[in-house]
Amino acid sequence: MNKARSISAMVALPIVLVLLWWVATLGNSNPFIPKPVALLTDLWETWANSRFLEHVVPSIVRLLSGLSIAIVGGIVLGVLIGSNLTVRKIMGPILEFVRAIPPPVLLPVLMMVIGIGDETKVFLIALGCLWPVLLNTVDGVRSVDPVLRDTTSSYNIGGLTRLRFFLLPAALPRIVTGVRLSLPIALILMVASEMYAATNGLGFSIIYFQRTFQNGPMWAGVVVLGLVGIIMALAFRWFERRILSWYYAQRELETSG
Amino acid sequence: MVDTQSNSDVLLSVRSMKKVYPTPGGPVEAVRDLTFDLRRGEFACIVGPSGSGKTTLLKCISGLMAPTSGEVILDGERVAGPPRNMALVFQEYGRSLYSWLRVEDNVALPLRAAGIGPAERRERVAEALEAVGLAHVPQSYPWQLSGGMQQRVAIARAVAYRPEILLMDEPFAAVDAQTRADLEDLVRSVWKKLGLTVLFVTHDIDESVYLGERVIILSSSPTVVQDDVRIDLPFERDQLETRSMKQFVVHRHHVYEQIQLAKRGFRAEDTRPVAVAQPSA
Ligand SMILES: Nc1ncnc2c1ncn2[C@@H]1O[C@H](COP(=O)(O)OP(=O)(O)O)[C@@H](O)[C@H]1O
Ligand SMILES: [Mg+2]
Repeated sequence: MNKARSISAMVALPIVLVLLWWVATLGNSNPFIPKPVALLTDLWETWANSRFLEHVVPSIVRLLSGLSIAIVGGIVLGVLIGSNLTVRKIMGPILEFVRAIPPPVLLPVLMMVIGIGDETKVFLIALGCLWPVLLNTVDGVRSVDPVLRDTTSSYNIGGLTRLRFFLLPAALPRIVTGVRLSLPIALILMVASEMYAATNGLGFSIIYFQRTFQNGPMWAGVVVLGLVGIIMALAFRWFERRILSWYYAQRELETSG
Repeated sequence: MVDTQSNSDVLLSVRSMKKVYPTPGGPVEAVRDLTFDLRRGEFACIVGPSGSGKTTLLKCISGLMAPTSGEVILDGERVAGPPRNMALVFQEYGRSLYSWLRVEDNVALPLRAAGIGPAERRERVAEALEAVGLAHVPQSYPWQLSGGMQQRVAIARAVAYRPEILLMDEPFAAVDAQTRADLEDLVRSVWKKLGLTVLFVTHDIDESVYLGERVIILSSSPTVVQDDVRIDLPFERDQLETRSMKQFVVHRHHVYEQIQLAKRGFRAEDTRPVAVAQPSA
């Protein structure tokens, strides 16, 4: 009952907007303006075939590769930096500098250094997604409860046991926040990198359709991009609810009194 | 019990310990000069007003923090880091348990870190949970339990670790009165059963007299030992009986008086009433 209501609340506004859009474009014949019904046909005809395998799958592979590298790298570096004052002092200025550079401007440089292959795109995605994960991990590690830290030390819990059962779980809510923030960045950098010197991918396809004046398929490509983003966000939310179930359950208990 | 014990009986020795915190606003002297010994198997309480440096003292004893000067000697060795034969129970039970681990895993984690195998771990955890009356909730998460039960989990964790010495920092200050009485009796029964040495910190005068065989009274900051009293109450204690005994009242009166004196800045060692110094019948 409650679930049904929340779902209907979620889809109500999109339905209204699509209806408005449909009515507003009813008599319009401008080929640059997309129309809902035509868009659906284009979506089906352009993407529900081998183009999906050729252009959407490679994009998703790049996105997930870059994101995975960023998550692993961000957590490893974040734990090192967060739990060690010396490392933090040495790395701090360098990190601030690299972080200040917007990743897309590195694209031409990377293309020269690494080439125009997948590595460049994956690297760019990884670099852009690294910061939210890294900075949140550092914060998460630094803000662990001092009482729990003392407890852990007083029982001589050190090394990998400490990392696995204390530090990482304690920092996990923050790490997860960092990963959530990096999802849209991954999507943006994926498309952006594919718009340069690529031979396949969603970004490549969208630019290709645009240059060849195939407006319908181009808009359909944008919709596919949005769908990829939504599916990614939903999948992440499901995963997050699972690995942080203790965290949400505890918070719910505390707020309900 | 005899007061003059040979040195080999001393388990813990705090020697001229001083702790000054360097803070942005200048140094804060939390403990000025503390010296006392704890004998093996003793149950000693430390009372002192809030801010008198009790937590600071325990952190130095447990090796979580180094004293500014002086030293802590445990079993003949100078404490430089958390010793293996010591367990610590904090006041903030909720924050000293791992929210992401079930009760049994909370109790088992120190054992796991100590390299104890799964079979023995299971056995010790079950035993410890049984001892604190929590055998029925091993699969719960700590935050699903009441405050008193959470503190029991922390005590079970200490018990399973099998320390020689147990330090407790105002462990029952945040639980309700009835739970508190139960937990006090639990700690004494654990102490009797396991032959531990217990150093129990509290700001509650009644609690210190009820629990301890000895009460060490701290002055307010800058902290020194104000007085050190032997509590000659019967070995078996009972919340109703013991608390209404004449000696209990006398001891409580004395401790209270000393704390009042300390607050006013007296460092008198010779205000001890005769009734306390005399052994009871
Ligand atoms: N980390 C710290 N930094 C600076 N001052 C501290 C710190 N911890 C405690 N103090 C100060 O030291 C004194 C003793 O504190 P504490 O040991 O917590 O006393 P108690 O446990 O008896 O209440 C207090 O004045 C407190 O403000
Ligand atoms: Mg304290």
